[in-house]
Amino acid sequence: MLIKRRDAVVQKTRLQSMLGDLSSGVLDRRAFLRRAGFTAGAIGLAGLPLGSVKKAQAAAIDPKLAVKTVKSVCTHCSVGCSVIAEVQNDVWVRQEPAFDSPINRGSHCAKGASVRELVKGGRRLRTPMKLVDGEWQKITWDVALDEISAKLLKIRQDQGPESVFWLGSAKFSNEGAYLFRKMAAFWGTNSADHQARICHSTTVAGVANTWGYGAMTNSYNDIRNAKTMIIMGGNPAEAHPVSLQHILTGKELNRANLVVIDPRFTRTAAHATDYIRIRPGTDIPTIYGILWHVFENKWEDTTFISQRVYGMDDVRKEVAKWTPEEVERVNGVPGEQLKRVAYMMTHEKPATLIWCMGATQKTVGTANVRAYCILLLATGNVGAPGTGANIFRGHCNVQGATDAGLDVTSLPFYYGLVEGAWKHWARVWDVPYEYLQSRFDSKKMMETPGIPTTRWFDAVLSPPDQIDQRNPLRAMVVMGHGGNTVTRMPEMVKGLEALELLVVADPHPTTFAVVSERKNNTYLLPVCTQFETSGSRTASNRSIQWSDRVVPPIWESKDDYEVMYRLSEKLGFADQMFKHIKVVDKNPIAEDITREINRGAWSTGYTGQSPERLKAHMANQDKFDIVTLRGKGGEVDGETYGLPWPCWGTPEQKHPGTHILYNTNLHVKDGGGTFRARFGVERDGKTLLAEGSYSLGSEIKDGYPEVTYGVLKKLGWDGDLTADELAVITKIGGEKPETVSWSIDLSGGIQRVCILHGIVPYGNAKARANAFGLPDPVPVHREPIYTSRPDLVAKYPTLPDFRSFRMANIGGTVQKRAVDLGVVKNFPLVLTSGRLVEYEGGGEETRSNPWLAELQQDMFVEINPADADARGIKHGQMVWVTGAESNSKTWVKAHITDRVGRGVAFMPFHFAGWFQGVDQRAKYPKGADPIVLGESVNTLTTYGYDPVTGMQETKVTLCQIAASIA
Amino acid sequence: MARMKFLCDADRCIECNACVTACKNANEVPWGINRRRVVTINDGKPGERSVSMACMHCNDAPCAAVCPVDCFYTTADHVVLHSKDLCIGCGYCFYACPFGAPQYPKVGNFGSRGKMDKCTYCSGGPTGADGSAAEFAVYGSNRMAEGKLPLCAEMCSTKSLLAGDGEIIAQIYRERVLKRGYNSGSWGWQTAYQETINV
Repeated sequence: MLIKRRDAVVQKTRLQSMLGDLSSGVLDRRAFLRRAGFTAGAIGLAGLPLGSVKKAQAAAIDPKLAVKTVKSVCTHCSVGCSVIAEVQNDVWVRQEPAFDSPINRGSHCAKGASVRELVKGGRRLRTPMKLVDGEWQKITWDVALDEISAKLLKIRQDQGPESVFWLGSAKFSNEGAYLFRKMAAFWGTNSADHQARICHSTTVAGVANTWGYGAMTNSYNDIRNAKTMIIMGGNPAEAHPVSLQHILTGKELNRANLVVIDPRFTRTAAHATDYIRIRPGTDIPTIYGILWHVFENKWEDTTFISQRVYGMDDVRKEVAKWTPEEVERVNGVPGEQLKRVAYMMTHEKPATLIWCMGATQKTVGTANVRAYCILLLATGNVGAPGTGANIFRGHCNVQGATDAGLDVTSLPFYYGLVEGAWKHWARVWDVPYEYLQSRFDSKKMMETPGIPTTRWFDAVLSPPDQIDQRNPLRAMVVMGHGGNTVTRMPEMVKGLEALELLVVADPHPTTFAVVSERKNNTYLLPVCTQFETSGSRTASNRSIQWSDRVVPPIWESKDDYEVMYRLSEKLGFADQMFKHIKVVDKNPIAEDITREINRGAWSTGYTGQSPERLKAHMANQDKFDIVTLRGKGGEVDGETYGLPWPCWGTPEQKHPGTHILYNTNLHVKDGGGTFRARFGVERDGKTLLAEGSYSLGSEIKDGYPEVTYGVLKKLGWDGDLTADELAVITKIGGEKPETVSWSIDLSGGIQRVCILHGIVPYGNAKARANAFGLPDPVPVHREPIYTSRPDLVAKYPTLPDFRSFRMANIGGTVQKRAVDLGVVKNFPLVLTSGRLVEYEGGGEETRSNPWLAELQQDMFVEINPADADARGIKHGQMVWVTGAESNSKTWVKAHITDRVGRGVAFMPFHFAGWFQGVDQRAKYPKGADPIVLGESVNTLTTYGYDPVTGMQETKVTLCQIAASIA
Repeated sequence: MARMKFLCDADRCIECNACVTACKNANEVPWGINRRRVVTINDGKPGERSVSMACMHCNDAPCAAVCPVDCFYTTADHVVLHSKDLCIGCGYCFYACPFGAPQYPKVGNFGSRGKMDKCTYCSGGPTGADGSAAEFAVYGSNRMAEGKLPLCAEMCSTKSLLAGDGEIIAQIYRERVLKRGYNSGSWGWQTAYQETINV
């Protein structure tokens, strides 16, 4: 019954009795000793067979055997902590602190300190499995892939390639994510998505639409320079614990302000200098409440705005409406509190704004992010040390997987889906554009964004005439993605049951395997973790870290690369897809995939990071400064740790990477930059290019557009191109070489010449306070779909219904209906969700790890004491939490705490394996059930999607809670 | 000889439980046995503070004072260890310990608890040679014999939990207090000096 450590005594629970041999309650001394390690001589490591099916045994090091030390990267969040593994005879026997890593300096959180358990793998899926009349049957890889590919090809033939949904993973390496996107392209659909959709898709859209790139502008380490740190909609103490090392050190050294703005008094808030509680879903009123004081007192950075920001006057008009009185009426925060924040951000600089899912997972996600950016722009807090939008991303490689284009709206590295983008990648892949086109239903579908992961089940259940593709979805292939991660789970389950084919490739069965009543045509493929393969991963700060394979894949699992190779082979396009990637015994070589990325990813500056350079950084971690991340001495001298993108040009050009984006205080050759010119050069007679601001050493002392061969000619710099570079440009450009830009020039010549002259290849523009083209160019407040304040809907309604991602978005209708029906009367509590430090994402992997599972054994709901009292609920008691749609209900434990405000309930999102009061443990393949199971919060979460990215609204909906008799 | 200590800087502790799982990882301690745990006071309220707790390896250890079979001993590094061969599982040490450090593999009274287990400061125990499989099986790892500190402190996410020579960690902590400009970040300060935490 341990839901918080304050329940000091671990009572004997149904879980313990189920656990059997793991439980202390039934351990005798012999069993204790057996489990404490291994008894000498009994199962010594030397005696382990070296076959392909094996299991790690123990942790004591055998002095007779050589110890191999391998450096990898933690697979649990985007901080990117290095992991040092000591390996004997292909068994990971000991984990040591990686003190040399400038990112984590030896530290870990509960998850990182327990990753060795992942390759012990007691609860891992051991063999491919197939569901036959509701029973799991063990099958071989060959049989599995034969059957899966035959069924996929049948669906392709009968219903078209668009009827298959490819769901990838933010836990892929960059190489894996890139391959997965490439595989979808060769299959012939853009419906290939991953977790970024449901974590930071709105951040990427909001930030990229403001200043060019959708990523954290600074770094975890750089936060040490900040004098004011605002964390709004994030709980890094649980979600990114090692980041707190930098945050708290910075706070101590600079005596900095640490302001936490959140509906919940989080563990991060416990360390804050200021905590401001807001009503969930009122981020924009809060930001505008701060900006109102900034503008009212003329505290804004006028020089910065005039030189580097477009459209701030449009924001002023909107902000003027948000007087302290109106702000308090909407979000409940007194004006003085926000005035204090406004003062800090403008007088105690540099200031940084840190956010996570609290900002993004809303119907106004993109608008929230835009508002955050506008606050940073108005106060001049972007593009310098200690400032910036420090967006803490979620999974270990969600930044890299996003960059690699595992996205329904783009090819790899943000090229989009336009014809030019396809032609660029056709050149990189060395396949005819016509071949790629032949894989799709039509050229139109080829250039149409796919189905997002938030809506895939709507695309299964949709009548054919209401979906903008040939047929609804009929099959889903999931690699490395939990099944409890999207809202409206009761609807999702119906979608699962309607699928003709479901393939889950994962180290664990995942919720997808058990939550529905599927009986057949369901396959589980055991895929190993990143510790059992090699590749590069991009941390939140854009640093790319190479991780080496610690041990070979355990049990019968295979790595992502091999699974994708074998599948594409069966589907008939492996020879095309792997044309320039070396494959040894059906194993694509990771380094070769990285090199292909280097050859194509000019738009994002993923071109300079060759595998050799990345490995050199891992080997020289001790040379990097922990604040500046700059290398001192050796082969990495002057380079930034992990060559954070953009790392311009070819690897031979030795660009050092870009620690801080848009930093005009540095020369572009040293990692300096400007805001990206991405949205044209002029609008309504006003320039979109920077005025009088440029990066250090720029030969153009003003704004300039993105650079093409034509621009180089006008500047008279085309003569600096070598003959070889010019030949490549001419070949790409054909009749019109002038149009060849910095992002499609495969020679890298344009980028090289730009840097030679101190200019940034992507141009030098203003950031957009007014992001014309978005549904709300200037963010406006819109109440959540299911709001606790229906009285505000008339003034602040959500957007009217519209179509996006091939389907209708009826948020407007749903909100109106909820208000008209008075849903809030029956569901008066605001429900929000979030993280626990012990678990990650859907939680299947971490709930299977006994070292973690022991610390959080029960799903729970946090209830304010007043709300609990009104309902007669006692601490620790089981309760029914019911949701506002689908008659949804969950049976969970009540945790009564002041952490949540009155009228707000909080549930963690890592649990699954119970569904609407029913234990599903028996439905897992034997031995692969996670130790801890529980109800999923997303059973209760409801309709609502961001207009730009299809992000779901998990962070604010309505619920009711009642005591349960049981 | 240095005196080894733990110190938990409560201003830095974020209750991430890295110390707990690092201990499990280093020592392969079974489910239900927690050599280290994180205790939180004022959970969910302003003033919430957490502190990581384990055997404090006392100078004059109460557990040793009450042990009827005298199974405790103190190493040259001033680490308090015990012999599981001698331990009778009586539980007196549990009553005596102010920190709740002793753990028992079984629940029950009157000698049915099983042999006591507790934090060894990653120093192994009296069975077998240092770092041997036999020692590991009974007591867990022996990092100290390799010149390494306990894994819990080495892996602490925020460098809150410090381990090492008492003189050195006191110096580290003094420097932190100086930089912060206020005292009392360390657990136990209020009890000792009757001052409130004023962050």
